[in-house]
Amino acid sequence: MATQSNRKFYHKLWLSLLGWAVGLLLFFPVFWMFLTSFKTEVNAVSAVPQLFFQPTLENYITIQERANYFNFAMNSIVISVGSTLLVLLLGVPAAYAMAFFPTRRTKGTLLWMLSTKMLPSVGVLVPIYILFRNSSLLDTRIGLILIYTLINLPIAVWMIYTFFKDVPKEILEAGRMDGAKTRQELFHVLLPLALPGIASTALLCIILAWNEAFWSINLTTTNATPLTAFIASFSSPQGLFWAKLSAASSLAIAPILIFGWMSQRQLVRGLTFGAVK
Amino acid sequence: MSSLTFQPDPQTRPKSRSRRLPNTSLLTAPSIIALLLWMIVPLAMTVWFSFQRYNLINPALRGFAGFSNYTRLLTDGSLWSSIGVTLILVGSVLAITIGLGTLLAVLFNEEFWGRGFARILAISPFFVMPTVSALIWKNLLMHPVNGLFAFFTRSLGLGSIDWFAQFPLLSVILIVSWEWLPFALLILLTAIQSLDQEQVEAARMDGAKSIATFRFITLPHLSRAIAVVAMIETIFLLTIFAEIFVTTAGGPGQATTNLAYLIYIRALLDFDVGGASAGGLIAVVLANIVAIFLMRLVAKNLET
Repeated sequence: MATQSNRKFYHKLWLSLLGWAVGLLLFFPVFWMFLTSFKTEVNAVSAVPQLFFQPTLENYITIQERANYFNFAMNSIVISVGSTLLVLLLGVPAAYAMAFFPTRRTKGTLLWMLSTKMLPSVGVLVPIYILFRNSSLLDTRIGLILIYTLINLPIAVWMIYTFFKDVPKEILEAGRMDGAKTRQELFHVLLPLALPGIASTALLCIILAWNEAFWSINLTTTNATPLTAFIASFSSPQGLFWAKLSAASSLAIAPILIFGWMSQRQLVRGLTFGAVK
Repeated sequence: MSSLTFQPDPQTRPKSRSRRLPNTSLLTAPSIIALLLWMIVPLAMTVWFSFQRYNLINPALRGFAGFSNYTRLLTDGSLWSSIGVTLILVGSVLAITIGLGTLLAVLFNEEFWGRGFARILAISPFFVMPTVSALIWKNLLMHPVNGLFAFFTRSLGLGSIDWFAQFPLLSVILIVSWEWLPFALLILLTAIQSLDQEQVEAARMDGAKSIATFRFITLPHLSRAIAVVAMIETIFLLTIFAEIFVTTAGGPGQATTNLAYLIYIRALLDFDVGGASAGGLIAVVLANIVAIFLMRLVAKNLET
């Protein structure tokens, strides 16, 4: 008996060590960047990497003074939230219609919407660039908002559709039998049930729009540049400002890390289009 | 209340049904129209441009080019090398993320202390924007003078490796695998958690060792999820751009130029609209091949 529970203990210990090693290893690059953001520039490039040092906040202050960080952060925020709102505006009604009033064509429509997501962005780089240039949409927030809306719409419709489908029919029937009119039924019964699903869809859309790095690099230059492109502009090797770069990057990824941690379960549903539950 | 009194199902009442039909089309129409425009207009333009001689530097020189853009592209070594790079990139990342992902999914399926927090740490790379990921690896870790890896290899007396000069494609593969491993882990973990524990218990009671259980029970159950992960990753990996843009700019030479980066160079650096469009169409065809298989799987799931 004693050796059984002993073995279980060691088994669990071994698993914990392994699991934590994996987690720490995978997270390490991010951690190292966070650490570097609190070093002075000289410390950051020292040939002997320092784990313990005198931390400073000077980098976080400088990136606003010298590089106007807030401007780029604002672009990211406006573009991500703006496109997500537009996605919800278009997608929630569509998902509602397809989930509760399906027709013969609903399944085909859903699959077709999904297929538009699989179009590689490079394939349409040229026409979009030319169209944007001709309609003065290059380097504007609106332009990126439009593109991101179109890119994320299929995923959003799909996710919300599956959430609506999860609402048990009995609850809707009960609402109907109590004599509630359709609109009342909609707001008082359906919305509270579907709200968590819609919220996690919105989170996923914000994450995808924030991290998008193809259109944001190619369609913006100075005005509408979001954080992805701003950080990409530091790709040429100029050694003496890694600490500031780390500070800018840490700020850029922090909100999305938190959003991601919050929505990991729903992510699976969204990113596999329901193929894995 | 008598059980005989009930309201008839609204859907059988003809009046309300005909009142509902036009409304639902109005609800779906905006999304469908938007996506239709997004699909048709740019694609049509790409096809059109691919048969034109059009260079943005010299826009006056226009004309029908026939298939010359395609023949130029197909005989140009760059296209085939970029396709090769794309295939190596996608294949390697798939192998690493799915192989490691499956093992890690099995690990995280087990109960251990602080599992939730360890899991949060493990999935973090997926949420880091690709430009930041690339710069972390390029500057902080892989830099031959100031990077952490150089420090370790120097301490071991091995000198320092200039990763992006000596092993450019491997370095990019490493970065992208780091970014996508959490994705595979999350999805495979979700799939494993739906595995019927009774089967595993029965196998264990029959004396099966863990490896045998893994091979004959866990793995077959996971095969569908693995297929989904493989297809979705392929679709996204075919168009990797930011990591290459930030680290190697396609070099040295063309060692890390995948199809997406080649099109970018042709379009926005050479301003060769015709050639870039032809390349773009090839990329669309490649993606479609994978997409067809993925759609079949999703469609099957829609039935259930």
